[in-house]
Amino acid sequence: MKINQNSRRDFIATTLVAGATLAGCATKNPFTAEEIPDVKPSGEMVKLLSVDGEIIEVDKAFLKPVPELPAVMNTAAREGIAGKKFVMVIDLSRCKSVKKCQTACNHMHHIHPGQNWIKVYPMQEAEHTAPYWQPTTCMHCDEPPCVKVCPVDATFKRKDGIVLIDSDRCIGCRFCMAACPYSTRVFNWEEPKIAKEIADKPYSCETSVPQKVGTVGKCDFCPDMVRQGNLPHCVSACPNGVFMFGDLLEDTVTNGSETFRFSELIKDKAGYRLMEDLGTKPSVYYLPPVNRNFPFENKVESGEEEKKA
Amino acid sequence: MDKLREDKIIADLLPQEFGKQGKIWVVCLLFFAALGVFAYGRQLYYGLEVTAMRDYASWGIYISNFVFFVAISLVGSLITAVLRLTNVKWSTPLTRIAEIIAVSAITFASLIIIVDMGRPERFYNLFLHGRLQSPIIWDVIVITTYFFISLLLLYFPLLPDLKIMIGFKERNGKWLQKLYVFLGSFWKNKAEQFKITDKAINILAIAIIPVAFSIHTVTSWLFATTYRPGWDSTNFGAYFISGAFLVGAGGVVIAMYIFRTHYKLEKYITDDHFDRMGKVLVLLALLYLYFNFNEFLVPAFKMKKSEEDHLLGLFTGEFAPIFWFAIFTSMFIPIFILLFKKGRKPIPAFIAGILVVVGSWFKRFLIVTPTLLHPFLPMHDVPANYHHYIPSWEEWAIAGGSLAGALLVITFFARIFPIIPIHETILETESHENEKHF
Repeated sequence: MKINQNSRRDFIATTLVAGATLAGCATKNPFTAEEIPDVKPSGEMVKLLSVDGEIIEVDKAFLKPVPELPAVMNTAAREGIAGKKFVMVIDLSRCKSVKKCQTACNHMHHIHPGQNWIKVYPMQEAEHTAPYWQPTTCMHCDEPPCVKVCPVDATFKRKDGIVLIDSDRCIGCRFCMAACPYSTRVFNWEEPKIAKEIADKPYSCETSVPQKVGTVGKCDFCPDMVRQGNLPHCVSACPNGVFMFGDLLEDTVTNGSETFRFSELIKDKAGYRLMEDLGTKPSVYYLPPVNRNFPFENKVESGEEEKKA
Repeated sequence: MDKLREDKIIADLLPQEFGKQGKIWVVCLLFFAALGVFAYGRQLYYGLEVTAMRDYASWGIYISNFVFFVAISLVGSLITAVLRLTNVKWSTPLTRIAEIIAVSAITFASLIIIVDMGRPERFYNLFLHGRLQSPIIWDVIVITTYFFISLLLLYFPLLPDLKIMIGFKERNGKWLQKLYVFLGSFWKNKAEQFKITDKAINILAIAIIPVAFSIHTVTSWLFATTYRPGWDSTNFGAYFISGAFLVGAGGVVIAMYIFRTHYKLEKYITDDHFDRMGKVLVLLALLYLYFNFNEFLVPAFKMKKSEEDHLLGLFTGEFAPIFWFAIFTSMFIPIFILLFKKGRKPIPAFIAGILVVVGSWFKRFLIVTPTLLHPFLPMHDVPANYHHYIPSWEEWAIAGGSLAGALLVITFFARIFPIIPIHETILETESHENEKHF
């Protein structure tokens, strides 16, 4: 069913009607008990607004909840939340590469095994400089190179600052992956291994679920969580409070347990953004790895990964 | 000119049926094309997983093959337009060869780019949701324009020849005769008709030059509009165009040799043609060499941190064997061969042409892949096989199949139409004889 272009009111009505008609939409009269043998009319009638704006009455027994439909229409998901400008602050002095952020992200977005939207890099700028852990999400740039090059508007920038992907539109040309200097984008080279009930859901730009073969995926700043007033999954999953998320216009960021004034935090801790010289203007800020909570220990990948800036 | 000479020219240049060699050649090409189609079937079924491309090397030999095809197609504009407008007469017998190479190469460039797409069935989104700010849309626009101009530049000069061929009804057989009549029965060799086509050809010959420059400049911008080391270069447009003229001219020399020996066209594609095309190749190779110096020596002088791994990978590292192979086979060795008068004889020029084309194919590979394998942030948190790119058999089969397909188009074209323009050759011979009389 194509619901994307309808208005929200139509959408509510169609949702209910669709629930009632799904069982026999090809037949002449789906509202008779003969067509749906296992449902008996309850006698209790409900008034509904039809797509044409008429008020109709339907027996309550024929109504079914339709939880699979996305909470937000494609047009609303493309527009974003008005009056917001989302930012993230990542405090490198708190990260010890526990990777709970990555696990939570992979789990909640049903990412294909082996793929990671959040990567935790062991970084060392030069031979005699200190190594540190650097988690990266999508930078949600204000001048996003990926959006510039997308030929079909499948990846787009919202007015709340979030960069998202419409996997139902993506043609899989991978120009955005070439354009992104942060290597943040991943591609679904094969049919993503996800549970069938998840894979059968209609795709939502705000949840980025389900991922689809032949299209690009990446960190989405969890706008579905944000819309409900919750923090992105990586922020709430981190045991060390590395990630702070918030609204630049409110000048506040929080990791759940602590809340900071964004401008003061950046000023006091000398916050910076990655590859500022490229002019991409990321929405993700980093606090330098000083006065660290943990020593740097690269147990897992020592000797396997090359460290470079 | 007497009728006898004219008949001889027509008899020499009429398309001929495939001989034994021709049949073997066609069967081989069909086999490789079918293999490519089979591999693409697998790719459609399993997704791009059947390729060796992964998140870092997200573009591979499909894209380098695309760049190669666009490059080689530029020769159509070089031979038909640039040489025509500068009043170079000797290139007349080569125009149709150049133009059919252009048409078939640009066709397969478009096909291979669809092959590279993760969701080819959504191709229509380019028209439904196309955004003019994306260089891909620019490429779609200019490649389509170039295709149609090239097709017209192939078709208009063919009209007088179609009239000649329609006259050989028994020889043609039923189907070819129908095709010729369909394509050219309205052509009556009238003076007004010649006036119109001459004018049209002149307009197209002028129009195709900016379009040709656009197709390859825009193709270079697919890379140069990104930040990546090795692509972030203002030199890229000129670098691509010079390389394109080189590989296209190399392709024409190969085709000249094969058509000449196979169809016994020694009188029409003469040693002089190889001599001149050899000189053109030297000039183009030197030009491309110049842009290569710019492209590699200037960043190498600075050795910026972000460029260092990429450049060292090419000069001495993982990609060094291919890099030096491509530099030597596409430029140094052909220049060395063709600088000598003996080197510009048909056989050595043919070998030089092959070297240019093969070297250029690998050069395109080096433009695409090494850069992607040297991202700004280190390759991390991915499976081990994401760190390298060795194309899978499906990729080779599809890339090879597309090359075979392009050659098939050229082969069948030469079977159906005269590969040397008959009418123009008669005119040229006439004007030569007139000059002799005075």
